[in-house]
Amino acid sequence: MGAADAKAAPSQKPPADERLAGAGLVARVLQRPEIGALAGAIAVFVLFTSTASTFASPDGAAVWLDVAANFGIMAVPVALLMIGGEFDLSAGVMVGSTGLVLGLLVTELDMNIWPAIVLTLLFGAAIGLTNGVMVVWTGLPSFIVTLGTFFVLQGVNLGVTTVITGTVRVADIDLAGGFESASKLFASTFGAPHNFTVAVIWWIALTVLGTWLLTRTRFGNWTFAAGGNPVAARSVGVPVAFTKITLFVMTSTTAALLGVMTALSLRSVQAGQGIGNEFRYIIAAVVGGCLLTGGYGSVIGASIGALIMGMAEIGIPFSGWNSDWRFLFLGIILVLAVLLNTSIRRRAEEARRR
Amino acid sequence: MSAPTKRKAKWGAGVLALVVGAAALAIAATASATSGAESAQAQRITIAMVTHGDGGSFWSVAKKGAVQAGKDLGVTVRYSESNNDPKRQAQLIDAAVSQKVAGLAVSAPNPAALKNSLARARKAGIPIITLNSGVGFFKQFGAITHVGQTETVAGQGAGAKFKASGAKKLLCVIHEQANIGLNQRCAGAKAGFRPGSVTNLQVAGTGDITTTKNQIQSKLQADRSIDAVLALNPDIAIAAMDAVRGARSNAKLATFDLSGDVVSAIKSGRILFAVDQQQYMQGYLPVVFLYLYRINLNTVGGGLPVLTGPGFVDQTNASRIEALAKKGTR
Repeated sequence: MGAADAKAAPSQKPPADERLAGAGLVARVLQRPEIGALAGAIAVFVLFTSTASTFASPDGAAVWLDVAANFGIMAVPVALLMIGGEFDLSAGVMVGSTGLVLGLLVTELDMNIWPAIVLTLLFGAAIGLTNGVMVVWTGLPSFIVTLGTFFVLQGVNLGVTTVITGTVRVADIDLAGGFESASKLFASTFGAPHNFTVAVIWWIALTVLGTWLLTRTRFGNWTFAAGGNPVAARSVGVPVAFTKITLFVMTSTTAALLGVMTALSLRSVQAGQGIGNEFRYIIAAVVGGCLLTGGYGSVIGASIGALIMGMAEIGIPFSGWNSDWRFLFLGIILVLAVLLNTSIRRRAEEARRR
Repeated sequence: MSAPTKRKAKWGAGVLALVVGAAALAIAATASATSGAESAQAQRITIAMVTHGDGGSFWSVAKKGAVQAGKDLGVTVRYSESNNDPKRQAQLIDAAVSQKVAGLAVSAPNPAALKNSLARARKAGIPIITLNSGVGFFKQFGAITHVGQTETVAGQGAGAKFKASGAKKLLCVIHEQANIGLNQRCAGAKAGFRPGSVTNLQVAGTGDITTTKNQIQSKLQADRSIDAVLALNPDIAIAAMDAVRGARSNAKLATFDLSGDVVSAIKSGRILFAVDQQQYMQGYLPVVFLYLYRINLNTVGGGLPVLTGPGFVDQTNASRIEALAKKGTR
């Protein structure tokens, strides 16, 4: 995988392409975009295992895996979107918006939770469609278009919630019909007596699905092409507009999925839920080897990026480090992980060129 | 595999090991420089405090109280905060439970979100005390008691004091979008201020003081009949003070909670009064109560909350409190 052979598709590959020749297993492994992130994840794991005894225990792992899963579920579509050459800054607030939609449907309209979940996912898809169509039609940078969506949704979240409920929170979601069965699917725990959350399974499943989509399907090739060089892609027949709009819809629908999971696990949704996390998703993707310029990256890498962030978030209180310095530690860990990642990739690319 | 590729690969692995090692060393050095050695305190009682705080001037005082109580009693206090993100707070509580701490003190601005995590703590036999927010729910959580003030009552007190000063139209400044306690304060102020009218104003918040100041100022310029402003945070109060001056308004100003700047402003008469919930005690007392439960099975409160406020700071007592606020304990 990678930008090089993606651009060659969908035209037929020549039988003996010199770009595919002669790399050994180790070199091939080192050339993968996610390998640097993996090294970073191992370093962070080793660090916190040595500073906090509970970090590597099943109970401890259950906590940081949950944090990682909540970043990772969104990092998957955000990475795909970035490989396709676009950003979605509304990805964070959308988790709150969709959670609120679900909450209001079941508490104000007394709807059963299952049809409410379907409507919430459709609502999420509609926002992504709007984002995608706006970006493609106007030709404006997605950074600006989705920043607009972000602010609009933030305002709507607070405004609508305050008008309808009189407070800044939708509560009592657990009183809705079907809550128990929906909770089993979206917000339960497993592996008793340890509390591994089902979000971790969703995260792994989405990572597998995203990787398959990116590396094994024509849509994956389109994604690399649309992000790498949209003009060239268009001229060889890649439906760039369709690809980008689909990527936006995938991002927002996944945000709706996470919104549903958050609403069910917290049994309530605050109007400010999710705001600020959009950058964490992007950071996870970048730590995992996605380029900010598009056309290169990996879904597995983004998930490993989310894992690093989850371990760092929980490893810091586990180790008893002063909470005043939390963001300093977080920043240092992230920058070191990215540095490690970049240096390994550079070595790998030099090795390939010679 | 060809020989040159193999050599390159080996070199790559060497670099990897080097960078990993350097990273671990650098972080470990930073860590040991800023925190106490974990192993040396392993035998001591460890109490975790998990709040929805943001490290601002309010929560830093509560944290100081918790840390001081730990020092006074010889117990280890682990303080962590979620920056008002309920999901993160639940995860931080889970982290404390998995470490099998001896006691758990939590603020609960969003009780439903913490329900599962606190149930796990109780199942693990960890005693709980709620602080600051969540007075209506501490029994449901199985907590020993709640340490804090009730927002509505405190808001009513502020509203009544404004009414007594002769104000007719009050602006209540909300600085956190999703903190339900702030809305309760404004609702309380409305009740205490009757028959005067109260308008709520949502502002950017403590993360963006400049915008907050401009938002308050433009509201005061747009509506000249506003003759009283209630801020709900000391940093916001200072921004509101600049806004009142900038708008050339004669509105009287009061605030929830103290800071050194607020006390100086009360002394000089630019702020009328501050509603003080004495959050130092909200950090200090839960540690003491959990310690007493741990060593002596004492339960404080008799099923009722322990109130730390509202106390009022105005020109009569400001100078004595000023020195303490500058030290960061009021």
